[in-house]
Amino acid sequence: MAKTEEYSRIDNELFAVKVTDNVEISTGVFLISWRQKVAFIPGQVVKVAIDRIQPPRIYSVCCGNLEEKISILFNIKEEGYLTPRLAAAIPGDELLVSNPYGNFHGDHSPAFWIATGTGIAPFYSMFQSGLSDHKILIHGVRYLNQFYFEDELEWAMGDNYTRCCSREESCNVFHGRIKNYLLETNHFPKDYKYYLCGKSLMVVEVRDLLISKGIPYENIFAEIYF
Amino acid sequence: MKDQLFGKDLNELQEISLALGLPKFAGKQLAGWLYKKEISSIDEMSNLSKKARELLNEKFEFGISAPSKVQVSLDGTKKYLFPTSQNKFIETAMIPDDDRKTVCVSTQVGCKMGCLFCMTGKQGFQGQLTAGEIVNQIRSIKEYGDVSNIVYMGMGEPFDNLEAVLKSLDILTSEWGYAMSPRRITVSSIGIIPAMIRFLNESEAHLAISLHTPFDEERRKLMPVQIAYPIAEVIREIKGWDFGRQRRVSFEYILFKGLNDTPLHIRELVKLLSGIRCRINLIRFHPVPGTPLESPDEETINNFRDHLNAKDIITTIRASRGQDIYAACGLLSTKELITNS
Repeated sequence: MAKTEEYSRIDNELFAVKVTDNVEISTGVFLISWRQKVAFIPGQVVKVAIDRIQPPRIYSVCCGNLEEKISILFNIKEEGYLTPRLAAAIPGDELLVSNPYGNFHGDHSPAFWIATGTGIAPFYSMFQSGLSDHKILIHGVRYLNQFYFEDELEWAMGDNYTRCCSREESCNVFHGRIKNYLLETNHFPKDYKYYLCGKSLMVVEVRDLLISKGIPYENIFAEIYF
Repeated sequence: MKDQLFGKDLNELQEISLALGLPKFAGKQLAGWLYKKEISSIDEMSNLSKKARELLNEKFEFGISAPSKVQVSLDGTKKYLFPTSQNKFIETAMIPDDDRKTVCVSTQVGCKMGCLFCMTGKQGFQGQLTAGEIVNQIRSIKEYGDVSNIVYMGMGEPFDNLEAVLKSLDILTSEWGYAMSPRRITVSSIGIIPAMIRFLNESEAHLAISLHTPFDEERRKLMPVQIAYPIAEVIREIKGWDFGRQRRVSFEYILFKGLNDTPLHIRELVKLLSGIRCRINLIRFHPVPGTPLESPDEETINNFRDHLNAKDIITTIRASRGQDIYAACGLLSTKELITNS
């Protein structure tokens, strides 16, 4: 089927940048950065590709908006095309990226930030951008080593930072899934916004729970990783 | 566990033939047995030698499977339930309409997209279907042979399982396969742009896009995918392709009371779709548990259609079918999943 010049223009929205840092912050999970002086709103996403053979994938920006770099958090999908190559990238290697875009925007109003796994990324960006006032962060993972940035978050957010782990137990960590934690606490202020980010099942379950507790769906903002 | 022949394309069947020491043309013979004849076992492939059949039987099974349940609506619509591996279920609907029989196939077990109005999404994502499992939904129903149209609008997001979807389309439309016209097949997506581009390039089937509101903020609340692939970008991409006279692009629009059924939405839809030769299918919303959305009344739906038609966008209201048998996708399989767990 024929395509027009418009298509080529869209394809060219990706541009080359050089990797400045690539750190394995937990087993199989990397925080990769590149220099990019661009204004962005915490919560936005970028497209990332390693070449023009495969289409880019979309990642939440995972750094503060006053830094002169962009970082993303990703875990290696062994069978995938992009992430094993991203994991192998070293400073100086080239990536193809887009400018940040999207409207999963954080602000200063009171909110719950609810994430699973690497879905913590947009909230870490909001946190690093000074938006953690009046926020309650709930992070759900399977294993304890998946609480990325937990030292920083615990130190800065204190009791407003809750960790839920479904497959391992530890002190100060709720043993179970986020939905179970929310059901136990039964604390659903109606004047808060609720930001959800991560796997679809968590997003759908928690969204349904919030709606059943009387939270207007207009106050629920969801970003799903797929 | 044996590999399955059903769902392999011609290249794969030729490779299998060569690997088993059979002539390459045996691949085409296999395709003929799999996709053109109504047999269900390797032993029935009578133009292959006994030795060849033995070799095939050692490594492969035929690979079709019957539905475990069927429900029949008062209006003749049928909903088939197919079991998949790991005790999960997928749904297939067969919708009769005069002399047409349309089959609505699933492409995933569950779905990752989490749309607010969708029952399938409430299962979360359970797994991908293979091309064979997609085509089997047509091959293994009673109406096989009378199917006039196929729509990829069942459980799952087709463009999130693109390889299997493209392969299934290849099997359905190739001369060595079912040799159906791609113009009798429609693939519906919420608009995952990179996959949509590949689909437009590699298939000739019709495209349907789930639109549901022209406004960014509203769509984001209904469909989380809007953050990654905004509808404006999806439309911009579609405008960049020449659909010609035969291939069709349409937009699915579920009407929600007081949310996306206003004159403002009509105005914005007209603006958004200007320059595209397309049609809009309006769909009545059938409430699913835990969803705070409602369908508008018939008068509002009819007015919405009439106003869009008056603005030269061909707009139809899709007839609601099979309401008495949980025809809204995902309800039956979710019920079955809960029963089994």
